[in-house]
Amino acid sequence: MKNNERARLLDEIRAIEFMTIELNLYLDTHPDDRKALNDYNSYTKQLMALKDEYQRLYGPLSNFGTAVSEYPWAWLNEPWPWELD
Amino acid sequence: MWIYEKKLEYPVRIKNPNPKMAKLIITQYGGPDGELAASLRYLSQRYIMPIPEAKALLTDIGTEELAHFEIVGTMVYQLMKGASPEEIKAAGAADYFVDHGRGVYPQSAAGNPFTAAYIQSKGDPITDLYENLAAEQKARSTYEYLIQTADDPDVIEPLKFLREREVVHFQRFGEALMKVQEYLESKKYF
Repeated sequence: MKNNERARLLDEIRAIEFMTIELNLYLDTHPDDRKALNDYNSYTKQLMALKDEYQRLYGPLSNFGTAVSEYPWAWLNEPWPWELD
Repeated sequence: MWIYEKKLEYPVRIKNPNPKMAKLIITQYGGPDGELAASLRYLSQRYIMPIPEAKALLTDIGTEELAHFEIVGTMVYQLMKGASPEEIKAAGAADYFVDHGRGVYPQSAAGNPFTAAYIQSKGDPITDLYENLAAEQKARSTYEYLIQTADDPDVIEPLKFLREREVVHFQRFGEALMKVQEYLESKKYF
């Protein structure tokens, strides 16, 4: 089912993004940790690729010029995050 | 500025409505140790931070707290959704229902509306970072009390995630405090 695939891809994005959030906060107080920085850059590239894939299939994940939309304006695509997916 | 990402930081998929639990969890939406207070606290304090590490950390944790605000709001929304007025009354949530229906309103579990009196922004980076260490511990305690009152795994899992984030934030604030102290000592402010 298409919706299950959408939720699965979103879960995958969340898992990678969790790594980037955690490493981002760590790097804020450990800016000279080269290994953490390499990990951050690597996860960020994975995250960007996954978001591109998601947005090609299901529409923009973010607003205000951070992702292009097909016609008609796909930012309106349901479900919104608080709705069961 | 801020960009919205149309997804939750951690998924919330609550299948069974539970107005009683909604009325408790709302305290992490608009209560004294809740996510709205946390976000406003950090995003307001960051202006006077003296070193880039602290400016970045308050910006980033303040932003993550907004994502947690959304997770908690989603939990309240899903816990109220589909509950009949009779069920809401039986759950002891009729007082919330008559004021807000099944909507999400920033208040504490005891019904006090959100107030900026929950936070401080003192214009002193040391004072503010100590406040934040305490705030993260208070939020951790609240999540532990909520977990103790919950029995639905769909509710407990996101609460556990949010609890864990408080622990990480506490750790990072402690590191920022040490760096700010070192900086101020090097400037011979004291």
